[in-house]
This record gives sequence, structure tokens and C-alpha cells, in this order.
Amino acid sequence: MPVYMESEDDCVLTAKITGEIDHHSAKWLRADIDTAINDNKPRLLRLDFSGVTFMDSSGVGLVMGRNLNMKEIGGKVELVNMPPYIERVMSIAGMDKLTGTVFGKGGNQDGKQG
Amino acid sequence: MANKAKPANEMKLVFPALSANESFARAAVSSFVGLMNPKMDELIDIKTAVSEAVTNCIVHAYRDSSGNIELTAKIYPDRTVYIKIKDRGCGIEDIGQAMEPLYTTHPEEERSGLGFSVMESFCDDVKVTSKPGSGTTVTLRKKLGIKL
Repeated sequence: MPVYMESEDDCVLTAKITGEIDHHSAKWLRADIDTAINDNKPRLLRLDFSGVTFMDSSGVGLVMGRNLNMKEIGGKVELVNMPPYIERVMSIAGMDKLTGTVFGKGGNQDGKQG
Repeated sequence: MANKAKPANEMKLVFPALSANESFARAAVSSFVGLMNPKMDELIDIKTAVSEAVTNCIVHAYRDSSGNIELTAKIYPDRTVYIKIKDRGCGIEDIGQAMEPLYTTHPEEERSGLGFSVMESFCDDVKVTSKPGSGTTVTLRKKLGIKL
């Protein structure tokens, strides 16, 4: 369950998540992403789901937690490239309304805009 | 949830409540239900619901103990799938509260409190029986669409 971190400039940190997001893998993802947030202090954390093959509600917890951490440093979280089944899990949570998280489009699909 | 007909196929798995087994349970159920040629969406729904139920056993039922999870799956000739996930862990005091969206006993671990909401939204029916101190059984039902 690797996550590839990329800091485009001083403001945007992109975390490209690959593999399956469940309770087992979420703790490693959380640690890796939080380390990168601390190192980069971005204004925007972009979570890229294009490489995710499965996600249950642990993924929602992951986003909620990162959203809190980004709020603490005055930043935001954007979710991009969500396959339809991931978007379904996110929308059960009312993720966009609940956290102010932005649902980004991110190129290769016509995702719902938050 | 009585289904009088004889199952067309069934299986039973018993595995310890280890978080690594969350993906194992999903993969096993996916292979089993896959024999019925379900639509990809239906298979994803079932995998997700199973993942939530198994995670609940690990995070809640066996939080302060260890034990086994029993997973039984049955497929009936009308393409209805029943999946039963049973633990002998701590049990749930208030099932209604546990099933409320966003209710979680472990926000510090970033549990979203959406496990049962996901199960209910991805299955046709979810039944929960529980006895504090003896364990919990979750039964998921989903009818697959016509064969592709």
C-alpha cells in the first residue's frame, strides 16, 4: 500500500495513493501522509485516488483525519480521480458538506463536483 | 431472513481477528460470489460490506481479547447471496446507536462511524443480533441481478 508524495511547489502537496484502503492499510497511509504534511506545510493537500483498487469507510476516516490536520495549519484537502465506487462511499458520509473537502475533477473522469 | 430453498452453493471460513485478514475475507468472498458472474458493481458492493463487518469484529468485538471470526456465505438459486459474519467478542449494548451514521466509539483512531451505513447502503438488508459478553452476528443479504 504505497503512497507517493509529490510537492509541486510550496503550496500543493499531492498524495497519490495506490492499492487497497482498509482499516489495516489506513494506519500506514496516515503516517506517511502526516509526515509529508509536517515536512511541507502545504496550503492544499490533494489526495489522488486514481491508483486505489478498493476502499471501505476506513478511507473516509483517513480523509476526515487529514482534513482536521490541514485545518490546523490553515489548509484544505482536495479529493481527485475518485473511481465511482469510491465516490459512493465518500458521499454516504456527505464528505464534501461535512468537512468542506473539495471534490476535484482531476482529469480522467467526470466526477461529481462538490 | 428465512429462505426455504436449498442453497446452490455455500462456504464457511474461520479465521483469527487480525487486520491482515480483512483483505483475505474480501478476496475469499469475492472469489466465491464471483462464481455467479455478478456485475462488477455488485461484487464491489459485497466486498465493501464484508470489509466493514469484518473490520467491526477486529476493531470492536475483539478489541480487548482475541478470537475467531466465522464467515458463512450462501448463494440461493434465485441469486440471493447471504453472508453471515459472526464473532464471540464483547457484543453491542445498544445496536440502534451503533448503527447510527457517524456514531463511533473510537474517533481518536479515525473510525468514521460509517460501517453499518455502508453495509446498509450496499446491501438489500442487514440484520444484527448481539448479546453483550457473548458476541455479534451480522447477516448481509443481496440479490444479484440476472446473469450477464
